[in-house]
Amino acid sequence: MTAAANRPAGLRAWLREEAPSSRLQANLVQLYAGWRALRRNPLAMIGLAIILVLLAVAALAPWIAPFDPLHQDLANRLTPPGGAHPLGTDDLGRDILSRILHGARITLTIVVLVAVAVAPLGLAIGCLAGYFGGWVDSVLMRITDVFMAFPRLILALAFVAALGPGIENAVLAIAITNWPPYARIARAETLTIRRSDFIAAARLQGASSLGIIWGHVVPLTISSVIVRVTLDMAGIILIAAGLGFLGLGAQPPSPEWGAMIAGGRKYILDQWWVATMPGIAICVVSLGFNLLGDGLRDVLDPKQR
Amino acid sequence: MTATPLLEVEDLRVRFHTDSRTVEAVRGISFALGREKLGIVGESGSGKSQTGRAILRLTPPSAEVTARRLAFDGIDLLAATPRAMRRIRGARISMVMQDPKFSLNPVMTVGEQIAEAHRVHRRAGRREAREKALEMLDAVRIRDPRRVYDLYPHEVSGGMGQRVMIAMMLVPDPDLLIADEPTSALDVTVQMQVLAILDDLVSRRGMGLIFISHDLDLVASFCDRVLVMYGGQIVETCRGGALHEASHPYTRGLLAALPQVDRPPRDLPVIARDPAWLLPLPPEGRP
Amino acid sequence: MIEVRDLEVGFGTGNDLIRAVRGVSFRVGEGESFALVGESGSGKSTVLRAISGLNPDWSGAIAVAGEPQGPRRSRAFHKHLQMVFQDPYGSLHPRHTVDRILAEPVAIHRLGEADRRIERALADVGLGQGFRYRYPHQLSGGQRQRVAIARALILEPRVLLLDEPTSALDVSVQAEILNLLRRLRAERGLTFLLVTHNLAVVNQMCERLAVMKGGEIVEEMTAGDLREGRTRHPYTAQLLRASRGYSRAAAAAVLDA
Repeated sequence: MTAAANRPAGLRAWLREEAPSSRLQANLVQLYAGWRALRRNPLAMIGLAIILVLLAVAALAPWIAPFDPLHQDLANRLTPPGGAHPLGTDDLGRDILSRILHGARITLTIVVLVAVAVAPLGLAIGCLAGYFGGWVDSVLMRITDVFMAFPRLILALAFVAALGPGIENAVLAIAITNWPPYARIARAETLTIRRSDFIAAARLQGASSLGIIWGHVVPLTISSVIVRVTLDMAGIILIAAGLGFLGLGAQPPSPEWGAMIAGGRKYILDQWWVATMPGIAICVVSLGFNLLGDGLRDVLDPKQR
Repeated sequence: MTATPLLEVEDLRVRFHTDSRTVEAVRGISFALGREKLGIVGESGSGKSQTGRAILRLTPPSAEVTARRLAFDGIDLLAATPRAMRRIRGARISMVMQDPKFSLNPVMTVGEQIAEAHRVHRRAGRREAREKALEMLDAVRIRDPRRVYDLYPHEVSGGMGQRVMIAMMLVPDPDLLIADEPTSALDVTVQMQVLAILDDLVSRRGMGLIFISHDLDLVASFCDRVLVMYGGQIVETCRGGALHEASHPYTRGLLAALPQVDRPPRDLPVIARDPAWLLPLPPEGRP
Repeated sequence: MIEVRDLEVGFGTGNDLIRAVRGVSFRVGEGESFALVGESGSGKSTVLRAISGLNPDWSGAIAVAGEPQGPRRSRAFHKHLQMVFQDPYGSLHPRHTVDRILAEPVAIHRLGEADRRIERALADVGLGQGFRYRYPHQLSGGQRQRVAIARALILEPRVLLLDEPTSALDVSVQAEILNLLRRLRAERGLTFLLVTHNLAVVNQMCERLAVMKGGEIVEEMTAGDLREGRTRHPYTAQLLRASRGYSRAAAAAVLDA
């Protein structure tokens, strides 16, 4: 592109260019500006660090875990933290640290699957309802209301009870119960955007309704949805853990964190670590997502630009 | 002008500090105000609004306001405690903003809001406050005060809302009214009526008025004296009626750039800005 | 070029019906510049939105370039008629670069040669190529309005609807935009329909004007009449007097609405 891009020290300057010279550079400049804004927020950076650690742990679990998470060693059952088992062992003598490390994979899978299923669905329904208004809005929003009328965990329980326990069904149940708030957010944002002049200008150019929704409305509503998804990650993890705890999510011997707490419940007074260690893991990861979500909200909120 | 000015401003500066740099919105302006209509005109970014806010100490927290002297009726406004400042703001200096919709309480009728202002400032009883409020509505030439008294802000038109705002600001009988673009959101004919009210108040009550606006023609025809601001500085001061004889190239450029209603159309001259218009800053004024 | 006959626009239904436009008729010739003048609530912008097709609920007859128009508009209509909005801060998508804003109409109408067209459109409105990949928040109000004009003109329309195009701008920027619009009209033989409350801008831009009040046209006149102060309707006279600045006489003469 320009001479500045070719100089190695010029990359930063290139990313801060006021007048970019290509589409790619314009996008990267925006991204870099967002990154710099996020970097100024120490709490968001802590959240990001936690999530990066979670990702690394999930990816490397088989190599960094000291033991096989399913290996039972009844001779060493319920050993307290320390020594060969830094976080102790559970009632079947399995290493809790290894189980938590492997459990990160399950947690991450649930979170990603739910986010991938829920965000686009809620976004689509909210944007369509908000943009078209009238009967489209009424129908879609009444459906949304029906789903919102039930407490989420109860509805998820009902679905899992009907579909049968298991991690796939847990994901499905969480997804089905989680999309309505996203539809609400997307609709509210769309309603304010719909009346703006740039939408009128797009209509005057002859753009189709779907083209306007995709090209003009979604880019503005998506950031609120991303923020909300990030903030909801904690809730999703907790519901997944709750289902696991109730025996309706991941099934034994799978090292899912909620199921691990359920397993340790019997020993909570004498062998506190069995339930506490996965509990701490859930807390830390939930906190990480919440901190990052808060930081993202500050960066992505279009009203602050 | 009276012997002692109502407001004295000397070397007023307003600086905004951001992470990476300091921006000086107002760069050392000085003027004195008597019981007169003083206009401050300028384009956006000229510092005219920040000047008005700085006098009332209503600048945002990120702003730093300094002045060699900023005195209202002998009271040093920069040294005043927040408590003293609140008393001055409520009772002796009032401010009218551009859009009345954002300044009125949406869940209270306009009459009640004026009456409440009476009760707070004058410690008047309910009945008396209501009478006073009706009187004020009448004073700002609202024709049917009893009906308007019971309307909510969203039920009144922009012009009516602005008159209500003025009525409310006048309850404490202020010595100085700062009006920041008070008529910009209004239709021209309503604008005339609002200006006539302000005009009367200055001549009848002997109030001082600072009228901040971007509209040169309006300020020239309405105010006794006009300060022209550019880049945070006052580039020219002239009598209202004589603005069209202004000498500074910026003022002349602004006047020439205005389309006229009674001359054949022509290409409008565009202002060629000269860096030399801005006075060099004293060393401590540099960011 | 534009012919409007007995246009009626109402909002709401039943007893709450507000007749915003009441039987408005006027015509604008090809290459002519015509203004609708009035205060807020006069219905002038509503007329503009009905002609543009943004508001489909109207009755009466609207024809553009000889073609009678219904509530829905064809793609060809949009290529012929474009609009510039009042608020340059609201009329550009905050997350789109200038490049994308200008590329979109070209793509919708499959005009091809997007690069060449965008470069020319930017040059036509006096913006350098350096602005092409910037976002609206990096531009001043005047620069944004230039982008909005470039977006309207990139389809090479014959009619431009202008909704208070300079009322949100500073005096010096207003002068630049008015000069630009005058030049573009002369170069391309555009037809202008301008909506404004500012009589001086009308005199600067238009040959004829209609004064609207309460949803009706109270007077149609030429810009020459306006310059000479030859008004027939008292409301027009009042607007004209108010536009000359403040005086006690002008304020006293205002008819209370």
